[in-house]
Amino acid sequence: MSLRDLGDIKPPIAWLAAGSLIAVMAGALLLVFAGHKASGDLRRDADEAAGSAGGLLAAPVRAGSGAFGAVSDYIAAGAQNRHLRSDLAAALSWRDETLTLRAENARLRALVGVRTVPPLPMIAADTVLDSRGPFSNSRLVDAGADQGVAEGNPVLSDHGLVGRITGVSADVSRVLLLTDVDSRTPVMIARTNGRAILTGDGGPNPALSFLRTHDAPQAGDRVLTSGDGGVLPRGLAVGSVVKEADGVWRVALDSDAEPIDFVRILLFRDFSQVSGGGDLTPSQPPSTATDTPEAPPLAAAANVATGAEAKPKASGP
Amino acid sequence: MITTRGRRPVSPTVWIFGPVAATLLASLLLAIPLRIAGLSLPEPVFALAPAFAWAIVRPSVWPPFALAVLGVSLDLLWGTPVGFWALCLLVAYAFLFFARRSLAGQDVWFLWAAYGAACGAAFGLGFLLTWMRTSQAPSLIGVGLQFAVTVALFPFAWKLVERYESADTRF
Repeated sequence: MSLRDLGDIKPPIAWLAAGSLIAVMAGALLLVFAGHKASGDLRRDADEAAGSAGGLLAAPVRAGSGAFGAVSDYIAAGAQNRHLRSDLAAALSWRDETLTLRAENARLRALVGVRTVPPLPMIAADTVLDSRGPFSNSRLVDAGADQGVAEGNPVLSDHGLVGRITGVSADVSRVLLLTDVDSRTPVMIARTNGRAILTGDGGPNPALSFLRTHDAPQAGDRVLTSGDGGVLPRGLAVGSVVKEADGVWRVALDSDAEPIDFVRILLFRDFSQVSGGGDLTPSQPPSTATDTPEAPPLAAAANVATGAEAKPKASGP
Repeated sequence: MITTRGRRPVSPTVWIFGPVAATLLASLLLAIPLRIAGLSLPEPVFALAPAFAWAIVRPSVWPPFALAVLGVSLDLLWGTPVGFWALCLLVAYAFLFFARRSLAGQDVWFLWAAYGAACGAAFGLGFLLTWMRTSQAPSLIGVGLQFAVTVALFPFAWKLVERYESADTRF
């Protein structure tokens, strides 16, 4: 059979198609299991492009959100009214208790000289794209490295913690939501001071894993960030404890109370910001310069080090 | 012997790039952070519709590559690990590709069930990959909801099949 005959062979299309399918699947497998680190730049560029497109697409939506909100409010007016009445009744009783506690708090602070936590710098951003699937819960917001955003910065809504920054390009950042299956956040239960890791699973209420507390949690307990590990500042509102039908303690997120279309990014780097950097870092670090060495001591030291003086060179047997 | 006589030739632009562009545009539109009456927009995996049509109408070399590009694009858009959706889409395509002989001549409801099974294969693989990677099982309710809205896209997939069923796509 000549080469010309080989060129005339036409394998069935189905075989070629199956071959290409298997080859591409092998490539995709490689990407999944080995491509995570190589995809950083690609993801940053893609976020930038998707953020620009999302900003354009979301602009008319944002402009019309007032109309949608008005219609939604009108539809839900009755239920909202009932909720507001019950909230008002609860708030009135809380008000008196709050005034008492505020007075007591001021007295105690004066006694122990507690300093208030200095306010951390933060910037505001709009959400431009939103991923809500079970395998990924993240958002693109229109603020990036040019505005000072860095990976790890906590992201808050009006009501509480939303997530943290996991990818930054020049003008766009990706926010990993607390509900994402990759999200792990150290939290504390305010009532018991118990610690746990808030673990997202793609559902609306992330689970409390590795729960460590003397008292069992109760439904309604407030959950705050614990600050453990230094990833997030301590005390950011997260949500309330709920027990779901599967028997797992979970957290109903405060940030679910309203759409997260407008967020604040806390420019938090580490705890030196919270405690006041001046307290931790010396204003004038010690000099690294040393005195000019003098010849005799150095020569003597060299002799000691090599043992030339202490152990004369051995002569022959 | 397969004959193409009398068949309307379809260019790759129409058969491959058209559905790819439409899928990406639809995915981008549904990623807008819009809530109506407190509810977010659904997030179906539009790319499974062309995966079904490409596997059913005619075997070809290009659909796996187009699905890989679509999958990587969805990964970059949604923030999943690169290659995740590419692999899930290709598994669904492979399921339909190797079952296409038994699907030939069946009625629409049977094909809808086959499309649902292919979606199940894709979401099942996604569930397993996520569980392996994060040591945390994704929410079954979340997976079920996205699966349901994706299966509901079958009319779009069927429209693609009807449009190009008698066309010659052997470019």
